Amino acid sequence: MKINIKINGQNKTFEVEPGEFMLDVLRRNNYLSVRRGCDNISCGVCTILLDNKPVPSCSLLAAKANNHEITTVEGIQVEAEKLAKCFGEFGADQCGFCNPSMALTVYSLKQENVNATEEEIKAYLVGNLCRCTGYVSQHQAIKKYLGDSNENS
Amino acid sequence: MKIVNNKIPSVDGVGIMKGRKAFTDDYADKDSLIIKVLRSPYPFARIKQIDDSKAKALDGIEMVLTYKDFKRIPFTRAGQGYPEPSPRDKFVLDEYVRYIGDEVCAVVGTSETICAKALDLITVEYEKLEPVLDFEKAIDNKSIIHDEPEAKQMFEIGFKPKKNIAASYKMHIGDVEISLSECKYTIRETFYTQAQAHVMLEPHAVNTHIDYQERLIIYSSTQTPFHIRRIISQALEIPLSKIRVIKPRVGGGFGGKQAIHGEMLAAYVTYKTGKPAKLVYTRREVFESSYSRHPMKFEMALGADENGKLKAIDCNVLSDTGAYGEHALTVFMVAGSKVLPLYNKVDSVRFYGDVVYTNHTPAGAYRGYGAIQGNYALESAVDILCHKMNMDPTEFRKKNMMKEGETSPIFAIMGEGTEGTPMNMDTCKLQECVERGMDLIDWKNKYPSKDLGDKIKAVGMAIAMQGSGIPLIDMGSATIKLNDDGFYNLMVGATEIGQGSDTALSQIAAEELMTTMDKVIIYSSDTDLTPFDVGAYASSTTFVSGNAVFKAARKLKETMIEEAARIFDVEVEKVTFDGKTFKVESSDKEISLVDFSNEITYSEAQKQLQVTSSYVGPKSPPPFMAGFIEIDIDKETAEIDIIDYVSVVDCGTTINPMLAKGQVDGAIVQGLGMAMFEDVKLAKNGKLISGDMLNYKIPTRLDINKLTTIFVDSYEESGPFGAKSVGEIGIDTPPAALANAIENALGVRMNSLPITPEKILQKLKENKK
Amino acid sequence: METNQFIEVNSLEEAYILASADRLNKVIGGGAWLKISLKKAKTLISLDKLNLDFIDSESSFIEIGAQATLREIETNKDIKKLSSGILNQAIGKIMGVTIRNLATIGGSVMGKFAFSDLYPVLLVMDVKLKFYKLGEISFADFVEMPRINDDILISIKINKNNSVGYFKKAAKTALDFAMINLAITKGDDFKIAIGSKPSIAKLNYEAMKYLNSKKDITEEVIEKTCALAIEEAKIKDNVRATKEYREVLIRSYLKRGIKQVIQ
Ligand SMILES: Cc1cc2nc3c(=O)[nH]c(=O)nc-3n(C[C@H](O)[C@H](O)[C@H](O)COP(=O)(O)OP(=O)(O)OC[C@H]3O[C@@H](n4cnc5c(N)ncnc54)[C@H](O)[C@@H]3O)c2cc1C
Repeated sequence: MKINIKINGQNKTFEVEPGEFMLDVLRRNNYLSVRRGCDNISCGVCTILLDNKPVPSCSLLAAKANNHEITTVEGIQVEAEKLAKCFGEFGADQCGFCNPSMALTVYSLKQENVNATEEEIKAYLVGNLCRCTGYVSQHQAIKKYLGDSNENS
Repeated sequence: MKIVNNKIPSVDGVGIMKGRKAFTDDYADKDSLIIKVLRSPYPFARIKQIDDSKAKALDGIEMVLTYKDFKRIPFTRAGQGYPEPSPRDKFVLDEYVRYIGDEVCAVVGTSETICAKALDLITVEYEKLEPVLDFEKAIDNKSIIHDEPEAKQMFEIGFKPKKNIAASYKMHIGDVEISLSECKYTIRETFYTQAQAHVMLEPHAVNTHIDYQERLIIYSSTQTPFHIRRIISQALEIPLSKIRVIKPRVGGGFGGKQAIHGEMLAAYVTYKTGKPAKLVYTRREVFESSYSRHPMKFEMALGADENGKLKAIDCNVLSDTGAYGEHALTVFMVAGSKVLPLYNKVDSVRFYGDVVYTNHTPAGAYRGYGAIQGNYALESAVDILCHKMNMDPTEFRKKNMMKEGETSPIFAIMGEGTEGTPMNMDTCKLQECVERGMDLIDWKNKYPSKDLGDKIKAVGMAIAMQGSGIPLIDMGSATIKLNDDGFYNLMVGATEIGQGSDTALSQIAAEELMTTMDKVIIYSSDTDLTPFDVGAYASSTTFVSGNAVFKAARKLKETMIEEAARIFDVEVEKVTFDGKTFKVESSDKEISLVDFSNEITYSEAQKQLQVTSSYVGPKSPPPFMAGFIEIDIDKETAEIDIIDYVSVVDCGTTINPMLAKGQVDGAIVQGLGMAMFEDVKLAKNGKLISGDMLNYKIPTRLDINKLTTIFVDSYEESGPFGAKSVGEIGIDTPPAALANAIENALGVRMNSLPITPEKILQKLKENKK
Repeated sequence: METNQFIEVNSLEEAYILASADRLNKVIGGGAWLKISLKKAKTLISLDKLNLDFIDSESSFIEIGAQATLREIETNKDIKKLSSGILNQAIGKIMGVTIRNLATIGGSVMGKFAFSDLYPVLLVMDVKLKFYKLGEISFADFVEMPRINDDILISIKINKNNSVGYFKKAAKTALDFAMINLAITKGDDFKIAIGSKPSIAKLNYEAMKYLNSKKDITEEVIEKTCALAIEEAKIKDNVRATKEYREVLIRSYLKRGIKQVIQ
């Protein structure tokens, strides 16, 4: 079947199987920043934004996204770069396999709650696992990113 | 120092965050043949017959591979020095399957869906064999797991397959039995550790194709590209010169990618068909069919005199290597060699035992590499002894632990799979680590525990050491090339797997060349283009590869000065270089690096300036640390809140303080995972119940409160700019520190990992009986 | 997932006809659970066109459409006012925000998950389910009924009352399924429900009857209530916890919960 999706601001049509999940469709169509970590919704690596909200693409039926908007990190390059610089400042980036998904989730946290406290940051991102950093530096970096965004708004 | 020991952001952080193509599977050819492996449902069986006719008849199935397609060449998947200290006991595919998840056969087809269908259509007839599922009953078991005549050791490692022993080892200094009998205080305790899983977020991935020179190109998410090339060449009889292994960005390894996984099948398929192929492990395959940490049993005995001086350590270890013997001996030995020297003033030490085969998922390399297991046993035992002597455990350690300038005879006796190398501790700031840690955790006021009403607050601690590469075995090398416009290419075999080595090594080059980070362009781990390096393991990269980079940078600098002297037509000694400009002493002659590089590229005395250097360490200076945990524990439910984890680390100079902190923080949380969350559950038949991320639980960000990580001033002369290693040391202390804190809180000793609230309550109940 | 077709239905009737035609025709909520539990379906039935993602709090009850996501419910201010906000709290303990943006209340109810963190809460609040064919039934009755495979859940209705509430999920990490979960409300009466034991949540009628018969809630009464609840709950072992440990957790948190709601 065909689905129409506005992806990163562009209208596109994809040919998909009726039971196919968005992660497979995206990777097949060269959206390679969306990656598979666990395949049972337990790690957060495959996160994309569906109508501006973060969801696990490994479990989003592609057909369900028909006529909706999808954002991958390619759609928020400026924000991703800002976040990356904050990550760099606190040494919060290691392997980076999950970083594009982190950028998307943090970006949507910013839209929902730019004043998030550390506890709120943790609660919002708890579904995004990281095996490298021990998390603490990430929270410092995210706080900085939110703080910067708040100042500029 | 301008670059080293400064907070420099990683060289690749922005691109990775922005989602640039980076990881192995991002480079897979879109038309890749897909490889899927049929895996054994039985822990131990002989394959009587495989009927793959229906699968082969499916449209889109290219081939089905069984053991009959492969020549019987034994190899080891372990990526380590050559000749390997691991037994060669594995075949690409075999007639026998030795654990649930072992490879039975592989289907190769045009899509995931078709391969999945094909797998369903294959019928296999098995002769089920009696499995060995209790590692304490493996030796001399009726079932022999490796009865094949081809399996062999490359040198003496105590390999006795008929007894299910993959390796064994024995050492002693003095006579422990006599020492123990003379001690006023002795304790004997048994400890168990579990088969922790790595859970790097990127699953093992490989893709292969043939290039226009008809060579086999392998993209692999590996920690050891050069070892991969060698093992594939050996097992598939493809000339080494025909293989190129490229390691793109790797999404975490932690030792899990220090071996060959899907690479063998993918290489074979492409070599046979000429077509691109790929194999990406499912998360279940990562858990079930790669490998895990070696579970171990420790029987420890310690003895001390009336003054609290430790006299004897006796340590009998049994290690479970599962179905194959990857890293069997070396992990076993590290459980002693990177733990026992912590207490170097004893009269006698004994360390001995066996590594046994079982029908479990194999065990292999994992950050800490035996040291975390050994540390848990020894540092728990030390606290038990302290309680018996009524002595503050920090006092005991200050009295008995290794000090700067001292040595331990163990260094000379125990290496990794071989004899060791003697060395003095030119840097060892353990004393300061313990003291600062006590301040930071407020040991004086919090030790041993405090009643908070519903909860008890308690603290616990442990000390640890690791190594910095394997002396006289691990080799790293680096090439640096000067380009026109005055920037450099740095080519290293060292393997960036997310730990930040590309950044740290660039810093070392930039510092020595007195330039800025943007002028050093690093490229790592490509067997065609970069010089040799053993890979990312044994905490070797900063120290071993870093030394190689340092040497190369120094030599290139010298070469540039020589060339400048030639251009100036003066003696070399007269030329100075500050990173930007060459000047001639007491004259106004000068030339900028940019002009110099342009000239020697395009006009004057043209040549390419490029230097390659290598480094093999004569010693492996250990990093040290003290770890302190503060917990609040619920009196009724024994649920534990981790309030703070204080790490005070001596790793020499931190080349990049932020990356170093990242290594320690991350390792602490992984160690806490092993200490309290990561429960390995097996069904009766040996099937891994905790074989996916729904059931195997790593720490989440809500489970971690505060990490206090600091570094003490330390400068290791033998390291690049004074650095030692920092990649593994952080993982060692959490299990023992937690167990010690729990004893301080509740008076109960937890002798097996993970330490769960439920187990604590059970133990309390047993103690009451 | 292997499937023949994906149909976005235009009416509840169409959904019902499809769902009742074949056991392998599946209504999808968010599809999160189907993803990890189902390999094959004949037809996937999407309700997305039916505008069932509403939350309506105008009347004496709050009505939540079956397709409302867990996250929408979690962040709803009116729902937060009910029973000390235990529904919001319980949802907040389910995995991460990303799953909660996908998973629906419809799927969470119809899935009848033994580990459900919502079930104990929905049991102690005053909740009715509205089905296309079956009409309205109380949530407590629904829990006792055999699994419904063909009817379509339209919405859930939560009566607004002044009860105070308590919710606890005990889990090994913040992303694990519960070892136990339990909820208590105190309005005119006490209500207690315990789940993940490891069987599905039920109201603890014996414990409630006893507790509600007492005017003075002493330590002793609480102890006895806990004992009755544990006895009634038919607790068992599974990989997440033993029976013994579940009992410890239930005893501790029930006690703390009752004390909290009577304050
Ligand atoms: C990895 C993971 C971890 C989880 N952890 C927890 C946890 O810790 N605690 C917890 O409480 N929950 C947990 N859940 C469950 C989650 O909260 C949801 O309840 C679950 O995903 C179902 O919601 P869904 O929208 O995804 O349903 P779906 O998967 O779409 O559907 C589930 C079932 O409901 C049926 N269905 C859906 N909508 C309707 C309708 N309107 N009418 C009739 N039938 C319908 C479907 O046919 C299917 O049988 C977890 C889920 C996952 C995937």
